This record gives sequence, C-alpha cells and structure tokens, in this order.
Amino acid sequence: MSSDPTHSELPDQLRRKLLLGLAAAPFVGLASGLTAGRAFADVPATSVVNTTGLAVTDTEVTVGILHSVTGTMAISETGSVEAEKLAISQINEAGGVLGRKIKFIQEDGASDWPTFAEKAKKLLVNDHCAAVMGCWTSASRKAVLPVFEQYNGMLYYPTFYEGLEQSKNVIYTGQEATQQIIAGLDWVNKTKGAKSFYLLGSDYIWPRTSNKIARKHIENHLTGCKVLGEEYFPLGHTQFNSVINKIKLAKPDVIYAIIVGGSNVAFYKQLKAAGIDLSKQTLLTISVTEDEIDGIGGENIAGAFACMKYFQSLDNPNNKGFVSAFKKMWGEKTVIGDVTQAAYLGPWLWKLTVEKAGSFDIDKIAAASPGVEFKGAPEGYVRIHENHHLWSKTRVGKALASGQYELVYETADLVEPNPFPKGYQ
Amino acid sequence: MDRLLFLKRSEAVGLLVLITLLVVVLPLSLDIFRLNLVGKYLTYSFVAIGLVLCWGFGGILSLGQGIFFGLGGYCMAMFLKLEASSVENTKIQSTPGIPDFMDWNQITSLPWFWVPFKSFPFTLAAIVIVPAVLCFILGTAMFRRRVGGVYFAIITQTVAAILTILIVGQQGFTGGINGITDLRTLHGWDIRTDHAKYILYFVNVAALIACLLFGYTVRHSKLGRILVAMRDKEDRVRFSGYSVAGFKTFIFCLAAVLAAIGGAMFTLQVGFMSPSFVGIVPSIEMVIYTAVGGRLSLLGAVYGTLLVNAAKTAFSESFPQLWLFGLGGLFIAVVLAFPNGLAGIYDSYVAPHIAGLFKRGRAPKPGSGVPQSTPAE
Repeated sequence: MSSDPTHSELPDQLRRKLLLGLAAAPFVGLASGLTAGRAFADVPATSVVNTTGLAVTDTEVTVGILHSVTGTMAISETGSVEAEKLAISQINEAGGVLGRKIKFIQEDGASDWPTFAEKAKKLLVNDHCAAVMGCWTSASRKAVLPVFEQYNGMLYYPTFYEGLEQSKNVIYTGQEATQQIIAGLDWVNKTKGAKSFYLLGSDYIWPRTSNKIARKHIENHLTGCKVLGEEYFPLGHTQFNSVINKIKLAKPDVIYAIIVGGSNVAFYKQLKAAGIDLSKQTLLTISVTEDEIDGIGGENIAGAFACMKYFQSLDNPNNKGFVSAFKKMWGEKTVIGDVTQAAYLGPWLWKLTVEKAGSFDIDKIAAASPGVEFKGAPEGYVRIHENHHLWSKTRVGKALASGQYELVYETADLVEPNPFPKGYQ
Repeated sequence: MDRLLFLKRSEAVGLLVLITLLVVVLPLSLDIFRLNLVGKYLTYSFVAIGLVLCWGFGGILSLGQGIFFGLGGYCMAMFLKLEASSVENTKIQSTPGIPDFMDWNQITSLPWFWVPFKSFPFTLAAIVIVPAVLCFILGTAMFRRRVGGVYFAIITQTVAAILTILIVGQQGFTGGINGITDLRTLHGWDIRTDHAKYILYFVNVAALIACLLFGYTVRHSKLGRILVAMRDKEDRVRFSGYSVAGFKTFIFCLAAVLAAIGGAMFTLQVGFMSPSFVGIVPSIEMVIYTAVGGRLSLLGAVYGTLLVNAAKTAFSESFPQLWLFGLGGLFIAVVLAFPNGLAGIYDSYVAPHIAGLFKRGRAPKPGSGVPQSTPAE
C-alpha cells in the first residue's frame, strides 16, 4: 500500500462507488486486482504479519460478522450488518488490509445470548477470524466477552452502552454512558432552563445504569435540579398510560426516556394520545435513533430531542459520501441510525490499527489501538482512547416529522470516554 | 437371555450403541469446540428424558420444563459466580466481593439467599431440592384438584413466564436479562480450558447414562406400569385404589429434577446462565426435542435432542438468514410423517431388519430362544 493516509482516499472512493454502482462490480474487481498485482511486492509476508495462526493468507484475511438477523433484535441489528458489509467492500476496493482482501464469515446470533457465545467461539476457534464485528445488546456482549478473552479474539462492538467494562479484546465504537448522558443534560439545563426531570427506562442494565448516571449528574452537578420520578418497564412493555398520568401530575421540565425497541412505538403514540405535546413538553431520549423513528412514525415523536453522537442528517462531506454509498448498496429507503454508523467504524478502525501495528496479531492490535485516528468517519474525526473506547463528539438532535433529526447542538470538543466514572457509581 | 439386569435385550443393545457413540465415536471424531457443543446439546436431553417419563409414560404434558432447567442452572451459576467474585477479582467495584451485576445495581451486601451458595455441597443439594419442592407444591395444588391436560400445560407455561419476569425484573439479585455471566472456576479448577471441557463432557455423559438407566428402572417397575395405566385410563387406576395425584406429583417432580441436573451441567459447560433458558419458548423447544425423538422412547429423547440441536447449529452456520424456516420445515415434516418421532422410524423400518438378521444368524443353533421383537408400546 502507498503511504497515503486512508481518510483522504475515502470520499474519492465513495464517489467512485456511486458512479460505478454494484452492476460494475466485476470491473471494480478487475481494477483492484490490477492494483493488488502492482502492490504485491510491497505486501508483507504472511509469516511476518500473522504469527498466531489467524485466518490470513497471502491474498486474503477473514473476519467475522456476528449479529442477529433473526429474532426480535434483527430489526435493530440489520443496519449494523449492512454498515459492516459496506465498510468491508469499500476497504477491499481501496486495496484491502496490508494488501489482503477482507473475506467475511457471517453468523446469526438469533437474538439469543447463548447462541451468540456459541457462534463467537465458532468464529474464533474454527474459523480463526482476525477480528469480529458484532453484538448489539449488552446481554449478547456479556455472553461473548469471556469467549473473546479466553481465545484472544478482537471484537468491534458498535452500540452505545452502559460502560462499566473495559477489555483488551474489545473496541467499543459506540459511546459509553457518560459520553452520551452528561453533555445532553448540561445542554437541556442550560438552554431550556430545565430543573426537574422524570426518568424512564426499559428494565435492564443499560437504561438502569444510564439513569443512575443521569440522576447523580442531576442531583450532584446541576445546581437546583431534582429528579421527580424514576420508573422501569419490562422489555416489550406496551402499556404506558399509568406512567403518563403520573408524569402529567408531576409536571417535570424534562421527560428523560431510555425505552428501547418495540416499546417505543406504544410509548410515543400513547404520549401523543394523552395530549402531551412534545413541542411544549421537553423530552430527551438517548435510545431513539432514526431506525426506531421508522417504527414510531415521525409525526408521533416530532419535537423530541435525542442525545447521541450521530444523526443521518449531519452536514459534512464524510457523512454525505457515507449516506449515499449506503443507500446505493442497501436501497433508497434505508435509514441510518447512530449504531449503524458506529458499526461502520469497526472495519475501518481495525484496518487502520492493523496497518499501524503492521500485523494482524491480536496482541499487537490491542496494543496499537490507543491513538488510532479515523478522519473519514461519517460522524467526523474519532480517535481510540487507551481504554479502547472512542473519543467522540456528543450531539443533540430534534426529531422532525420526516423521521430525521435536525442537529441543534454539538460539543465543541471530543468527549473523553470514561467507562468507570468516579462519583457516578 | 432376554434381559440384562432390568433391561430388555433391545434396550441394552440400544444403550450400548449410544454409549459407544457418546464415549468413543464423538470424542474421537470431533474437535473440542464441537464436542463442547454436543455436551451442551446433551444437557437438554436430561430434560427430554424427564419429559418422556412425565409426558410419554405419565401423560402429563408440561410446557414449563425450562423453569426447572433454569433453577438447576441458576443454582450452579450462583455458586460459580460467588467463586468468581472474590474480593481480589472485583477490586474495581464500589463494593468488592459481591457479583459485578449487584454492584452495578447499587446493592452493597450479598443478599441472604445468595449466602448459602458459597458452599458446594449446599449447591448440589439445592440443584435437586429447589425444583423438587417447587414441583411438589405445584403438583399437589393441581393434581389433587384433578387439574390436568391442557389446563396443566397452561399453568406450567404461566409459571415459566412468571419466573422469567421475576428474574428479569430483579436484576440486582439475579443478573436480569444478561443472566449470570463470566463464570470461571469450580473450586479453583478453571472450567474454561479445553482440558476441563473434555472432563466435563465425560461427567455429563456419565450423568446422562445414569439418568437413562434410572429412567428404565422406573419404566419397568410397577410404578412405570401404573403411570402408563394412568395415562390411558386414569379413572380405572383411581377406582382400583391408587392415589393418582401422588403418582402424578412424583413423576412430575422426577422430570423436574432431571431437568435441573441438565441445567446445572449446562452452566458448567457453557459458562453462563440467563433467563432465555427459563421462559416459554425454550420450554416448548424442549418438548419439541422429545416429540422429534419420539415421546415413548428414552433413547429417542437423546437422539431427538442431538438431531434437532445439530440441525439448528448446522443450518444457522450455512444459512444465517433462512435457517429458522428450514428448522420449522423439519419439525412439520417429522410431526406429519412420523408422529412417533425418530423412535417410531426406528421401530417400523430399522428394527424389523435387525431382528431379521438376528433370526438368520441364530437359526442353526437349535434350542436357543429366538428374541421376540418388542411389541409396540
């Protein structure tokens, strides 16, 4: 490979992809075949870059994709699979990784945690995958984590999550809880003058931990602010009328909602039916991406604010290229949410890390990861922290009836990831 | 010699074939990853054996065996989690020495019902006693009032649903939807190594064979005959003076204990336990294993479990997006074409040929008793 940094190639290559489209794939293959042939002399020997028996040959390197494409989580995880495949095809077009084309093996976690563990083991032990892009829910990550640590694999995990975890064998490409929560609360406190909050969540580790952090921040770090109530609902819950009544009585300045998955549809429809107008009542969520709005319906959530790191509507050249390449590959109607974008970062960060380390060895990648920068990220510049999470900006968007978010605030600087926040536990 | 100990000749041969398969053929032909998967599948066959006794022979269809599988698994997981949560391993927490998920949920001391699980003998006893007691209460409450058939099945489902909600809701005490993860050692012995996995596989197989033998003992005892009689004509058994409710409760408890042993072995081999094994869907899956194997055959239950799970793994590896349809198709085909499952196929197509071979081989020896083919159940 030439010494050109990859990020400068990216928009170019996206444009090319746009022009050629999928129909021209054979030509692309031919062209990149020629490039590979020319670059072959520069390709480091397999014995040098792979000393631990990973699935790396002189021309190919195998990675795994491990998401649910069946079951209740399929609706959320499909976007991640699509983003990872897009990134892999773009990397291959740009010449691959250390001169090797990426081949992927896809496995289905079937929304079932033990299946995730079984498939993770298969990808590492049988297929010797050099890296695995995968998982979505915390539960699936918890299930595979011991497998990755035992067999020394590398997992690129895309979802915003609760933190409280750090592993040599995982790169967390989504935000951990403090990154996502604190900036949003500060913003709503400052610009909306919000003083009282009502916390809602689905009943599992991520919403509970996030609300814990939110409550600590509200009570200890924002002056004169208080929490009026905190409630949890089982996953898949669809009856929110009683809590909506309580909210009407408590009259909080902000409804802080971390309800996930299908429950969202019922929640926002019932809010609207109960006469809570989101253009007057401030609602801040960290769990509704464009993917979820697709199910909720833009008209039911218009006016709500979401705090995360990426919106499809972000106005920058990287994102424009990414969105159009994504639509080209997966259809005009697809929407791209925060996690989908984070999943897209996985293969790129891995490629950049491998090239920085000059090796596919897991230990060397783990050591080389801190400091790796990706300037071509659709969300803008990101960098890997020593704790294997990403430095990233936090943004607040306002939901529009069209199903998109309109950016209303972004942090000036990258926010440091802090999976074990002192004073928030 | 028609009988070997208490087994019929055909059963003894069948059992030997299974032992050869599990102890010799599979360990020699599979790598440790696949063998560990087989071990995982076999833990479900404990449940399936229990269902053959309870449903096939006793006529009591329980759609909640996941409850007992889960209870056994959780008991074992609690012990292993406490061992993994030593003060040294959990230094980073605000309260070191308690399981990580408790710390995340602001629990600052070990809940009282976790404390006894620091003892291994207590844990082993709990694996058997907890499900048995729950079953006894359920069974007594229902069978005494002569609740049976569909109503019983519905109630077991409800209990499964309640238990799942309880586990998910009380995540500070149970690990919630994530379950109890990251289990490491058993009395200092690392259960994650390949070596440990081999040993656990063989322990699992030994326990399974013991349970099968026990199942055969029950089947051939007077108890077994009463069970079948109860299934076919409950009133006649009652009028003959037997306590139908007592027998039903007993066999239901027995099936539950078998399921719990399976659950405990599962936790040891897979390394975690989560509510996704407790609920309605896994419970029904377990009934499907039994149905595919043939609900009247103890051996069939083992083969059924192996076949369904192997098919699940193989389909999902080859067709990540389509495999559920394939699996569904397989079930429909088996149930439509072979209502007695694998065992039915064996009895009607394979067994007669084998019997024929034996007959020919034996014919020259005058005087030796020709084995009769087993009459249908």
